[in-house]
Amino acid sequence: MAKAENNKYSKTIQSAVAEYALRLGDNSLILGQRLGEWTGHSAAVEIDMALSNMALDLIGQAQHFLGLAGEMEGKHRDADALAFTRDAHEFRNFWLVEQANGDFARTIARQFLFSTWQKPMLGELANSTNETLAAVAEKAVKEVSYHQSYARDWMLRLGGGTEESHHRLQRALDDLWGYTGEMFAGNGVDDMLVAEGISVDPAALESGWTIEVDAVLAEAGLTKPAVERMTSGGLKGHHSEHLGHLLAEMQFLQRAYPGLEW
Amino acid sequence: MAETREIDRIADLWALLDGVPDPEIPVISVVDLGIVRDIREQPDGSVTVIITPTYTGCPATLLIEQMIREALESDASLRFTIRTELSPAWTTDWISEKGKQALKEYGIAPPQPGERDVPCPRCGTTDVECISQFGSTPCKALYKCRQCLEPFDHFKCI
Ligand SMILES: [Zn+2]
Repeated sequence: MAKAENNKYSKTIQSAVAEYALRLGDNSLILGQRLGEWTGHSAAVEIDMALSNMALDLIGQAQHFLGLAGEMEGKHRDADALAFTRDAHEFRNFWLVEQANGDFARTIARQFLFSTWQKPMLGELANSTNETLAAVAEKAVKEVSYHQSYARDWMLRLGGGTEESHHRLQRALDDLWGYTGEMFAGNGVDDMLVAEGISVDPAALESGWTIEVDAVLAEAGLTKPAVERMTSGGLKGHHSEHLGHLLAEMQFLQRAYPGLEW
Repeated sequence: MAETREIDRIADLWALLDGVPDPEIPVISVVDLGIVRDIREQPDGSVTVIITPTYTGCPATLLIEQMIREALESDASLRFTIRTELSPAWTTDWISEKGKQALKEYGIAPPQPGERDVPCPRCGTTDVECISQFGSTPCKALYKCRQCLEPFDHFKCI
């Protein structure tokens, strides 16, 4: 799409952009795959459609971000090759998105924590000096607004619902909270790209995220979990056991029959 | 004279593509939906057709491109390329008035800014409720009319 633009970078910046795009793409891909697991299994057809539609949006984003990552890395790997032929340690997604679906409350809590981060992140990324990142973000932020408001509504309904729904949602939050710190951490890649106006400073997203999350938790009557130490490692390719299982299913066909097309 | 012929040719192509229906909502064309952004004459005599997806992950995107390709191939003398551009991002504002009317007649409430006062496409009342923000395709939300009690789709505003 914007090949000329994307090729003007130095080798160092170019590989940092590849790494950054990989992260964005992997977060969308893995969460999209997780949501897709609900297709045909939800409690109501409306929920089935919602989760499946969100999965589609996320996989669409992943196609674009991974496409850019492949172009920047310059190893002749397209989005499909990156999605279907990398091993777990080569994935750069957050621990949060790879966590198993669990019950509906857990899926909603995970979605709310992530979409509340992703929406303002994409809003900022739409101003990126990289044409491709800016274009994908400009488009995706509109879709993610719906994801965020959907998850937010369900946080309120489950939190303020029955004793059972409240309990399940609180338990999910307690379990997932320790994975949220990773979204605001970043590493050397961010330092380099933020300076170039290419990427969004992850640390700058934390205060807005906290305000929104605190407000929803308060309205839903939920207790904000207290976590001593945040778990992270996704940016370095360290993952929980869940990712390997997810990849085994997602990649099976292309691993067994390389290059197979529908 | 040559210039007029070129304009006619581009206008003919717009008309040709206006005959390509959206695969999921066949009453509206890909032109009325705002998917075809531009048709540009190139110095070498070929044309470039610029298209944009409605939703990033819309499964119909590839099919739409293929249908546009087939329509353009009906003119054997035409040399063309189809290019997908994401920016500026597709918005429901690009749906033409003709398209909005067609949606309404088909039973889909056209996009309403801010999702407020969505009228029931059957009886026109705005006494309706949103059942689900996500409908049968990425671009639609599911509503129910409280007056005539019929469910209907609303084309989401993005
Ligand atoms: Zn009605």
